[in-house]
Amino acid sequence: MEHLTFDYPARRAVTTRAHVGVVGSGDLEVLLSPAATMTAQVVVRTSVDGYSHIWKSVLDRFFTRFDGAVQIEINDFGATPGVVALRLAEAAEAAAAAETGDNA
Amino acid sequence: MNTGATPPTPLLRESFIELSARDRARALLDAGTFRELLGPFDRIESPWLPMQGIVCQADDGAVIARGTIDGEPAVVAAIESAFQGGSIGEVSGSKIAAALELALRDCERGRIVRPVVLFETGGVRLQEANLGLAVIAEIQAAIVALRRHVPVVGVIAGMVGCFGGMSLAAALCSYLVVTKQGRLGMNGPEVIEQEAGIDELDASDRRRVWQLIGGEQRAATGLADTLTEDDSSAVREAVRHAFAQGVPSAHRSEQVDTYLARLAQIDPATVTPESMRAVFGSQARNPSKEDA
Repeated sequence: MEHLTFDYPARRAVTTRAHVGVVGSGDLEVLLSPAATMTAQVVVRTSVDGYSHIWKSVLDRFFTRFDGAVQIEINDFGATPGVVALRLAEAAEAAAAAETGDNA
Repeated sequence: MNTGATPPTPLLRESFIELSARDRARALLDAGTFRELLGPFDRIESPWLPMQGIVCQADDGAVIARGTIDGEPAVVAAIESAFQGGSIGEVSGSKIAAALELALRDCERGRIVRPVVLFETGGVRLQEANLGLAVIAEIQAAIVALRRHVPVVGVIAGMVGCFGGMSLAAALCSYLVVTKQGRLGMNGPEVIEQEAGIDELDASDRRRVWQLIGGEQRAATGLADTLTEDDSSAVREAVRHAFAQGVPSAHRSEQVDTYLARLAQIDPATVTPESMRAVFGSQARNPSKEDA
């Protein structure tokens, strides 16, 4: 098991939180919540060691489009980069939907 | 071609099996009443898994939700099968036990809360063995205490099924709702094959496994009450129906003599799924029906 932390700049406040995914085989859980400061931090706990450079690439790409000030916690059980990217996008979308009151 | 007849309604079915534990709980509660207790953002995780190099899940694989069923207060405990096989650890098990105990406290004060447990579990989490076992005993004690006041309804939808100590908890429920895909047994097929040999049971023989412990067989032998399709509204309907029946006059686990007499008719050397149905057939399963 490996713990990784990544920091990114942020430009807008986020007021809602979102939880998506499951710590199941090839999947991961994402907990997205508002950050206390105008920065974004991602804390990853992964069952697979030695892939921090891949995590950085996936997260760098996510934060080229996402600029919210959030605390993201990831509990990973061997998800592929594609699955990680989809779960991150799903979490961002769920948080945005909650913000606009669209809770369907 | 237009014959003027109404086109057949498209087969719209929402699989219950494919839902996550959280969505299963939401599907069983009246629309808009779902309220989760000790959710993922409360971060009550297993303290034991990280010590063994295993990544935790923020809700430890148990979803506890309050809401209403048919307008009556209800609590649903749903086990997430994708996390560690739905295994019961100290935290996930304690959440379920506590939810049932709180419902019991409400019932004792005259405020009935309908309890539903969604079993999807291989039983105790081996990494937390003793604590998991202890808390499964608490779950069982809570079910037995609760079912005097209100039916305790269990659902085994699949695909993991319900095994180990939690199969005993399921057996203590007032009513069990199963799908064809669900399975209920003490030891899972892989364990039986490993311990007793492939001559006893070939765990890869899915047809055989489901003939022995599948939902259809469990319902046909009276060890489960309702067989439903894998459909959210069908499962919800079955759960509502179970509560509408009220507390059974005698729970299965209270009918010791009945079951001992049936077991006496079974020869373990020659027992088949068909002979099980002949002896345990549903015609005599329910004492309330016997009395009628």
